[in-house]
Amino acid sequence: MKMLSKILKKQITSTIIALLFGFLVAAIVLAIAGYNPGQAFGALFKGMLSKPKYISNVIIKATPIILTGLSVAFAFKTGLFNIGAEGQYVAGSIAAVLVGVKLNLPAVIQVPLVVLAGVLGGMVFGSVVGFLKAKFGIHEVITSIMLNWISLYLSNFIVSSQAYHLPNSTSTYPVNESSYTMILPKWKTSDAGMAALKPNKWLYEMMLKTDVNVGIVIAILMAVVIWVLLYRSNKGYELRAVGFNRDAAEFAGINVNRNIVQAMLIAGALSGLAGALSITGIAPHKISTLAAFENYGFNGLSVAMIAGSSPIGCVFAGLLFGGLLYGGQSVQQEVGAPTEIINIMIGTIVFFVALTKVVPALAERLEKRGVGHAQ
Amino acid sequence: MEVSKEYAVQMHGITKLFGTFRALDNVNLDVKKGSIHAILGENGAGKSTLMNVLYGLYQADAGEIYLNGEKVVIKNPNVAIEHGIGMVHQHFMLVDNFTVTQNIILGTEVTSRFGVLDMKKAREEILNIVKKYGLEVDPDAKIEDISVGMQQRVEILKALYRGAEILILDEPTAVLTPQEIEELISIMHSLIEDGKTIIIITHKLKEIKASSDVCTIIRRGQYIDTVPVADVDEEELATKMVGHAVKLVVDKTPAKPGDVVFEIDHLTVKDDRGLEAVKDLSLKVRKGEIVGIAGVDGNGQKELVEAITCLTRSESGTIKINGTEIQNTTPRNVIEHKVSTIHEDRQRRGLVLPFTVAENMVIEKYRTPEFKRHGMQNREKAQEYTKKLIQDYDIRPAGCENQPVRGLSGGNQQKVIIAREVSNDPDLLIAVQPTRGLDVGAIEYVHKTLVRERDAGKAILLISLELDEVMNVSDTIDVIYDGTIVAEYKQGEVDENTIGLLMAGGKQNENAVQNT
Repeated sequence: MKMLSKILKKQITSTIIALLFGFLVAAIVLAIAGYNPGQAFGALFKGMLSKPKYISNVIIKATPIILTGLSVAFAFKTGLFNIGAEGQYVAGSIAAVLVGVKLNLPAVIQVPLVVLAGVLGGMVFGSVVGFLKAKFGIHEVITSIMLNWISLYLSNFIVSSQAYHLPNSTSTYPVNESSYTMILPKWKTSDAGMAALKPNKWLYEMMLKTDVNVGIVIAILMAVVIWVLLYRSNKGYELRAVGFNRDAAEFAGINVNRNIVQAMLIAGALSGLAGALSITGIAPHKISTLAAFENYGFNGLSVAMIAGSSPIGCVFAGLLFGGLLYGGQSVQQEVGAPTEIINIMIGTIVFFVALTKVVPALAERLEKRGVGHAQ
Repeated sequence: MEVSKEYAVQMHGITKLFGTFRALDNVNLDVKKGSIHAILGENGAGKSTLMNVLYGLYQADAGEIYLNGEKVVIKNPNVAIEHGIGMVHQHFMLVDNFTVTQNIILGTEVTSRFGVLDMKKAREEILNIVKKYGLEVDPDAKIEDISVGMQQRVEILKALYRGAEILILDEPTAVLTPQEIEELISIMHSLIEDGKTIIIITHKLKEIKASSDVCTIIRRGQYIDTVPVADVDEEELATKMVGHAVKLVVDKTPAKPGDVVFEIDHLTVKDDRGLEAVKDLSLKVRKGEIVGIAGVDGNGQKELVEAITCLTRSESGTIKINGTEIQNTTPRNVIEHKVSTIHEDRQRRGLVLPFTVAENMVIEKYRTPEFKRHGMQNREKAQEYTKKLIQDYDIRPAGCENQPVRGLSGGNQQKVIIAREVSNDPDLLIAVQPTRGLDVGAIEYVHKTLVRERDAGKAILLISLELDEVMNVSDTIDVIYDGTIVAEYKQGEVDENTIGLLMAGGKQNENAVQNT
């Protein structure tokens, strides 16, 4: 009994229980809609894992939302609710396009420049939010929602601007090839490359059928960097102190306003990085007219939530989320169930994660009952 | 004890578990009808838990409750209210921008036909109760505009309006001035005359002596004793409460003041609303001296502390530490000039509750070379440092350096702050309400620490709303009223009544000795 309650108190347990409930509710919804849940889930997991190509695509899909998830999680640990990850993501992709289309330098210089431009774009959007909060006390949720829309229309403005608009399309020119962050994009399609890859079926399929890129490596690296920053560095100590208790931090001589701006700057940088890596790493390497948000940032909110705002947890939550999004398409193809079912499932999981504060309470009750029995 | 109609409340064999922790273990309480019954115990002894069981906020794991000789089961506060039990919590539960009347009727609104509020009738009923018990309060004033003492009366009115016959007061005097406490006690007596029964939770011995008929003592969840208050003195009560003999008077030798370390000169500070809260205030603190500031809450103490610690702007005047002006700089600059502050609000200003004890210990030191390494935290160093302080200051539980400070008791949280601030080796130590909410044992400890630091040659500024504390601990007693120091005395040259009068804005005694 003690063991059980101990396990139940762990956050990971709560998350897993939430996942199970999410699947359960999705199963009920599927059954009501007249689909076989077993078949649908089978299609879902097959669509996620059955082919190297699928796995690769799940990873590619997960990369940006791991980063926006990190952005939200990091801000959350410093006491800020970064609902603006979406706008910062868009800002990052805009900035990457602006630089990537105009400049055409050797890849060693071009890639860092384009990616840095994206990071800067996100930083600008993030720091505006931080500045307005620090200086005028305007709540970050308000300003970042506004900035989300600003970024969307700014993106559309860039698409329609003369300098960037690709004639007869709804998008900009793609960034120059020297900006690409795929792994060996040229070599893999060359004869030599194809010959070299041929013997290894896995690699062959992954490399040739998907946009395998360095994004995931950077995302995992950033998760580690953010963890170190938060929990081992002096800056992170300050940021967390401000996040947990501004008043005590101020009293202890920590510059609260500066830390708020810095926190939003870093959060914005992470989302901007996600945007830049999407542009450089995934076809079509350009931005298109947006009628609505693409949800990379908003999905980051869910990822951070499932991860319990743990930086390392964001990697796994992002992969899970990416898998559900990507695998969900197969459900539609194979079973004919609408992808909305997948959205319902994701929604349910997030909902139950939010509810998982109940689980430790249940554990407590269990413990108490144990004591009662002992008597 | 036998169950009898003579008793308004009888709680027998009450046991309450939180997890495996026994908050209450077979506790008995028998309260005679029409009496004032005190429940005495240290923080965490289980007083409030016992009352929460009576009020239906908690369910006991064992034991019975009888009201007027009849067994009852109190499932929730609504049942308690039906049985005529009213509770005034330590933290008031009032809507700030509602009027007194609106607050009192909230939840039991009287309506005329068609469900329209009948405020007139409600107001009359309230005025009746006000008159009956001398609970003077303006029924049309907004809560945010009336004093804390008044707010408490509103809480009492609320309970009476709901027909309470048994009134539970949880630490009612914690926030009151000496005069307000006297008034409260007289209100309590007029309630008793009308046949009400009062249970008062407290750890203040003096007030028990002044107000109560009988006292039940609880220690660490155990029932210790029930005694008629008239038969025991304060020392005996304290001993029963703590479990060993305690000294209520601070032991100290006369001060040997040295040079002036800290000097405030004609300081004026505005409050949040832009009104002058500190007006042309001057004071000095010397090495090896404790200067205590006595005053009623809201007379500029908060703004004075905020100005010294640079959390707020000073309008005019200077604040000097060792000759350097520090006003209108930053909190960090103040700390770096060797001023340490034990803030009155330990959970808001003093501690980051989710942080571990070690993280809290270094919150002013993490940025010094000793505690950092290439921009990284030197965690081993912080651990080591904290371990030593935990030992030196007897912070419990031992070995708590990696536990969140949230999990520590109030007294131990305060010890964390004291350990941190004192170990900064400050030139000036400011202690604001350093014993607020602490029990006798912990208070003794805090006072001893202050005196020890004084003897080590530190300058100490003590700001407290507890007059006893200022009178007992300080070498020099300043009285603050309406934002300025209205009188200064040496310890022993003045009695409590004189200070109490000055605190309330009375004229200064002509014999007051001016030392500035």
